[in-house]
Order: sequence, then C-alpha cells, then structure tokens
Amino acid sequence: MKHRNLKWFALVVAMGAVLMLGACKKKTAPPPPPPPPASPSPTASISVSPNTIEKGQSASLTWQTSNATDVSIDGIGAVQASGSQSVSPADSTTYHLTAKGAGGSQEATARLTVTQPPAPVAATPSPTDEDLFGQTVKDIYFDYDKSDIRADQQAAVQADSAFLNQHANINFTIEGHCDERGSTEYNLALGDQRASSVKNALTAAGVSAARIKTISYGKEKPFCLESNEACWQQNRRGHFVYQK
Amino acid sequence: MNQFDICVTAIGRAASLTRNMAGELVGLRESNLPMRTYRSTILSYGVFFFVLPQNSRRMDASDSQASGSRAPGLALAGTFITLLLLSVFVCSSFAQDWVRTGTSLGVQKVRLAVPDFKPSSADPQNAALLKTFNDTFWNDLDNSGVVELVSKSFYPLQVPGQPADVTFGLWNAPPPDAAMLAFGNLGAAAGKMTVQGWLFDVKNTASPQVLGKQYTDVVTDDAARLIAHRFADEIILRLGGGIPGIAESKIFFVSDRSGHKEIWAMDYDGSNQHQITHQGSISLSPRVSPDGSRLAFSSLTKTGWEIMLYSLDLNRLVSFPHLGGTNLSPSWSPDGTRLALASSRGGDSEIYICDASGANLHRMTANKGPDVSPTWNRKTGAQIAFVSGRTGLPQIYTMEADGTNQTRMTDQGYAVSPNWSPNGQFLTFAWVRKYGPGEPGSSDIYLMDIASKQWVQLTHDGGHNDFPTWSPDGRHIAFQSGRSGKEEIWEMLADGTKLHQLTFTGRNSQANWSWK
Repeated sequence: MKHRNLKWFALVVAMGAVLMLGACKKKTAPPPPPPPPASPSPTASISVSPNTIEKGQSASLTWQTSNATDVSIDGIGAVQASGSQSVSPADSTTYHLTAKGAGGSQEATARLTVTQPPAPVAATPSPTDEDLFGQTVKDIYFDYDKSDIRADQQAAVQADSAFLNQHANINFTIEGHCDERGSTEYNLALGDQRASSVKNALTAAGVSAARIKTISYGKEKPFCLESNEACWQQNRRGHFVYQK
Repeated sequence: MNQFDICVTAIGRAASLTRNMAGELVGLRESNLPMRTYRSTILSYGVFFFVLPQNSRRMDASDSQASGSRAPGLALAGTFITLLLLSVFVCSSFAQDWVRTGTSLGVQKVRLAVPDFKPSSADPQNAALLKTFNDTFWNDLDNSGVVELVSKSFYPLQVPGQPADVTFGLWNAPPPDAAMLAFGNLGAAAGKMTVQGWLFDVKNTASPQVLGKQYTDVVTDDAARLIAHRFADEIILRLGGGIPGIAESKIFFVSDRSGHKEIWAMDYDGSNQHQITHQGSISLSPRVSPDGSRLAFSSLTKTGWEIMLYSLDLNRLVSFPHLGGTNLSPSWSPDGTRLALASSRGGDSEIYICDASGANLHRMTANKGPDVSPTWNRKTGAQIAFVSGRTGLPQIYTMEADGTNQTRMTDQGYAVSPNWSPNGQFLTFAWVRKYGPGEPGSSDIYLMDIASKQWVQLTHDGGHNDFPTWSPDGRHIAFQSGRSGKEEIWEMLADGTKLHQLTFTGRNSQANWSWK
C-alpha cells in the first residue's frame, strides 16, 4: 500500500516537474516559431535639407535604413542603405524611399519644394536703357501726305532729343510709316521722307547722326488695320526702335 | 479710210527653239502647211485702218451705262485700239460720266468662227489635250480685241478638222455669217503631239487659205497651251494689222501668297502662276527687261531698300551695287542698257539713271518732295515720266531723259504709277481726280495723250485701282484692283472693255507686262 502511494507521488512529482520545466522553457526561448534568427522589420527614414529651394539651386537628400537589403528611391534608383546625395530638380519633387528586407518593407517620403526664381525686374532694380527708351521716346505723327513735323509734335521731338542726348550710348532706328491710301511706291518715298524729317529734327537738337538709322516701310507694316482717319493717323508716324 | 491688202506669203519658218511653260527649252517644231488645192498668194480681204476726224467721233458722254453696243465689226488694224481713243478726248470735260470709248462705233471687227479642233488620232490623251488647246485658243482670240468671235451656237453640226471638210456655204452665210474660219486637228501619237491649224477666208471660196500651220511638240498640257498661243498669235498678227499677238507674253507681279511679298510671274492669261523670288522680306515693283532676260525689283534688305537684279536665264540673283538710302521703282530703258530708279541716297527721294549694271549713276531731279516711279518712253527712250510730290499731292510729270524740260501732266488730285504705251503716244496711270475732305474719290485707271494732255477714264466704280501696265501690242492694260474685295490683278482692253480677273489667290499687286 505504502509502495502504491509512493508510486502515485512520484508520478505527480514527475508530472509537475514536466509541467514546470515546460513552463520555464517557453519563457526563455519559444521553440515552435521556426524563423527567428535575422528577422527584424526594416526601418527607413529620408529627409531633404533645405526642403525649399529656388530653381537651379541644390538640396541635400539624406536617408537611413536598417534591416533592409534592397533600398531604392523613386527617380534615383537603387541606393546604399544609408547615404546622402545632392539633388537639383527643376520642379517640386517628392522623394519616395522604399526599403525592403527580410523583415518586410518600409517606406518613407520627403518633399522638396522648388520655387521659380523671382522675375529679373525685381532682381535688377534699375531699368535697362531699352526699357527707358521704350517708356520715354515717343513716336512722331504726321499729317496726310506730309513729312514736315507739325507744331503739336514739337514737344515730343524735344522730349525725345533730351532723352537721347542724356543716353548717348543708345543707337536707334527711325521707321517711316504711311497710311494705306495712295500707291505703294509713292508711300515708300513718303515714309522715307518722314523718317529723314525726324532724323533731321533730332540732329538739329544735338543727337549725333551716326547713332540714327532710318528705314521706310511705306504702307507695308501698318500699326492699325481699319480704314478710318483715327487708324490712318496711327499709321502716319516716325516710329522709334531701340537698336541692340 | 485706208485699205491695206495683206500679202500672205508662205514663208517657211525654221524650227525654233522655244521656252515652254515650265521654263525648259524644248524643241517645238513649226512649219507651214502647203496650200494644197489653192493657188493664191494675195489675200483679197482687207483690213481697215481708221483714223477718224476727232470732232466726228464725239461719243455720247451721257451714256451712263456700260453700253452693250459692242457692234460687230471689222476691226481697226494697223494701229492701236487706243489711237481711236484720241477721238474721244474731246469729251474730257464730261469725264465724270461713263464714256464708252474705243472700237465699237462705226468700225466692224472681223467675224471669226473658231470651231473646236478635232482629234486626229485615237490616243486617249487627246480629249484632255484638246480641252486645254481649245479653251486657250478661244480665250486668246477672244481677249485679243481684234476679232469678233462667232458664238458656237451658230455653228453647223459638222465642223471641219481638215480643209477638205470645209463647206463654205455653212459658214459664210447666216447664221454664222463668218468672214474667217479657224479650224484644225490635234493628235497624240508615239509620244508626240501634232497640231494642224488653218485660217480660211470663207467668203473667198476660190482661194480661201490665209494660213496653214503644223506644230509638233511633246505630249503635255503646257505644250498644248503653248501651241494654242502660237497659232492664235499667227492669226492675230494677220487679222490685227501686222502687230504681233501677245499670247506668249508674261506678266510679273507681287504676291503675298507665300507669306511674304515676293515677285511672281504668270502667262498673260493668268495661267501658270509661279514664284520667282524667295527673299523672305518684302519685294516690290518688278520690272522685266525688254529682252525678258532680267528682272529688276526693289527689296527690303538688312541695309534698307535696295534695287535687286534677278536673271530669268540663270534663275538667281545677279549683283547690283548698294546705292545707299531708300531705292525704289526701277525701270528699264527700251534698249535695255539703262535703268531709271528712285533713290534717297542724297537725302531726298529723286529720280536717277544708271547703266543696267548700276554704274554711272546720275541724278535727274532735285526737288523737295518725293520723286518716284519713273517710266521710259518705250518707243523712243528719250523721255521719262515720273511721279513727283514737289507741289504737295503727287502728280505725273515728264522730262527728257537728261533731266531737262520737266513738265507737269496732271492738273489736280492724286496721280501715281505712270506707264508709257509701246507706241510712245500715251501714258496710263492711277488717278484720284477729286481728292480731299468730302470728296470720296476712288483711284481709277486713266489714259492720257501726251502731246495734248487730254485724258480719258478707263475704270469706273470699282474700288481702288492702281499700277496699270501696257501689253506689248498696246491693246491691253493690266492693273491691280480691289474691286473683288482684295487686291488682285485684272486685265482689260485699252478702251476699258473686256475686263477680267487674272489672279485669285492671296493679295496680288504691281503687275508688269513683258515687252514682247
């Protein structure tokens, strides 16, 4: 009887030991999941500095990954696991980093904003000679079939010659134009006289003749295409063109 | 009234090298056909030469319609139609009214029947060639102004293609009532086209043949057109008083259809329009040399308006010196050795004369105000007409070719673009006679007798008309007109009749008719 009890006791102890053993072992190293040794998930991060540039400038793109075997950035291609690169895109770009490893894949993005450079006017605060020429020098208008400078155009001639004397480096062309009436050949001769007439008025005011070219367009290049006096007056002119 | 007899002699012509429509040299063989069954050498039909007393020719100036009274008639020959216009200069005081001038009163033109040429072979190309030939031939004769074509509706059903087929009674009596009959045949065979053509005086049944011609050329549409021009010219030469026809003449003009104003050329009837220059800027004022070998024009270059010279033989520009200033409106002397032109090289636009090479430049005028558009007396080469703005609005002037004796021809308005007639007697030009505020004058083509300064208006109520140019025979004037809504080249007889449009594509201007 005593022997029988002992047998039961041993069985219980053994069972308990097995239970205990099993419980302890599970805590330290779980045997059932098979793949554990190098299987952490990859990590990835990407940044760009600065994140806003002007067109033409460059920015530094920096990325870091871990636990990844295959790292690529859209638009750049396969890259090292970590690194940095200088980029200079023409337009705003989102860099998309993909890191793939045994533990899965991870993505990260960085946005680089590219601004258009400010207009050159803003960049160069003082206007060029050409701008000044265009703003200041006024065309001279003529009466029908006339090439002499009429009284109401004298002020424009004086203003033009004053400006041109101040800017002695500017060379320019005076185009003689006519309205659509009359013959092609006669109007070309008339336009020539108008251009010469303006040139003569400027040289009389001290502008060097060497700076002035004249050309007649007759009625070949009208400014205004309607057949009425307002339009014809627009076309009867000595037109100033800046010579680069 | 003088009466001429025309001797029709069967002078054999050697085969001549000629230029076809495409500008290639081709051998067009041409020969006279024998007068087989007829033995006559003298043509008994007469050509009437009219020089009427001026005061007997007052046309009814009050006729304000485009008179339908083109009476039939045996025409004026031996001189220009325009000579007759002299007779109406007495009417110039009524010039605002429509005046129908010219050949239609009292003068009868030859009634010419022109049945379609017949095929002489079974070649399938014949139909298309005959269409081209017959259309061209009819138009040439119709445009000539020297004959009256009998309407085809009056013709008998059977028309002749050979002399043996002619039944005189069907032609010389009404309804056709023709004095002359032009007929023939055309056939393509073995790569050659042969055209036989005859001109018969159907009222003279004993010896009717006036002309018999045979032409052989390549089988092309252009060749058919060329042969039609040739044969029409032969007929016009005989019926028009010995003045050569113009069917082979060319008209040069400015067209913007390529996107730039360039110089173009066409046959006198508007066919075969093709581009000559490729300057890519603005090219104006084409003037062909008297021998047809060179074309002078004015073009905008980097250095301004320059006179350019283009060789029509070499198909390229040839050198011409830079003259300085604005250089416009070149004009050939009738012997082709000199050019008159307008240049502002001295400051003001003046008329200069130089050699055809550009050397020996001499100034002819010295006035304030533009002087442009010179034109030589085409008969003598001794005078030049031009436009001057020396008194304000432009007027027509004449001077001797050495610059002396400058004479104002027009008394008022805006007168430009003179062109001297081949016989030296007339100027045609564009004129806005009544010019000024409240005077909605239009620019029309006028004709002026130089000796008397009497003038007559040729165009009426048709928009802006400018740049008239005489045909080589002096019977026609081509000009630019805006009457169709945009600038196009038109042509008319020198009495203002038979107006028709030659160009239809783009804007076309500044026509210049070849000298022959």
